[in-house]
Amino acid sequence: MSVRPYLPCSEVIGFLADYIDRVLPPETIVEFERHLAVCASCVAYLASYKETIRAARIAEDVIADAPEELIEAILRSRLQ
Amino acid sequence: MNTTAQEPIVTDAELVARLQAGDESAFEKLVRTYMPRLLRVARRFLSSEEDARDAVQDAFVSVFKSIKNFEKNAQLSTWLHRIIINSSLMKLRSRRRRPEQEIETLLPRFQEDGHQVEPSTPWTESAQTVLERAELRDAVRKSIDQLPESYREILLLRDIEELTADETAEALGISKNVVKVRLHRARQALRTLLDPSMRTVPA
Repeated sequence: MSVRPYLPCSEVIGFLADYIDRVLPPETIVEFERHLAVCASCVAYLASYKETIRAARIAEDVIADAPEELIEAILRSRLQ
Repeated sequence: MNTTAQEPIVTDAELVARLQAGDESAFEKLVRTYMPRLLRVARRFLSSEEDARDAVQDAFVSVFKSIKNFEKNAQLSTWLHRIIINSSLMKLRSRRRRPEQEIETLLPRFQEDGHQVEPSTPWTESAQTVLERAELRDAVRKSIDQLPESYREILLLRDIEELTADETAEALGISKNVVKVRLHRARQALRTLLDPSMRTVPA
């Protein structure tokens, strides 16, 4: 019985965005997950890749202020 | 002047109707309501506060000019979001670009057999800790700022501003495939930059 080769890490990491967007063909997902079942490094990479996206969203979600002088400048520009 | 000006503006539809009727108080209401959100977006794209404020001002000039053509069934907040993004991108283009850094050094490296040269280790810090710790939030923002410009803007447009790949491609005048490739690289590069402060410290 021949053993099906695993996808290399380079391919798994190369298609991570498609994997998390669920746009990979079902047969590729099977191969992808077969690789993840035996590769701790890619599991860690996948988790940190997802966490990177979340961290970026959180870090950029700053409270917005409303400088009064900017409001006035905008309203003045309307009247010009 | 406008006889309806005394009635409070409650919904965006009412606001748009008053704006289209030329009601001055509606313009002030629009600016006071939406300016902070627009400034927040502009600041993400533009590192200089002056440029961010200019982009907001330009965006409102554009809004004032084109409000008459605003379609009633469109979403006001979505329309304003697109305008501030375009205004921020235009301001970004008008500035001399920083020399484009190579992104390759921030991408994972692979051996000939396809294994990672440096295996990844799990992160102990999570997005939740980024939420809780101000210094980590600053570190993440600084890392985003370190990305090469053509990658940073795609990460901002897709992952932060949540434009679709098609909308991003249109805003930047590039193909959807380029957007896809650059987004993946931008995330990988950001992951590399965050790795030292987020991963497990070896015992």
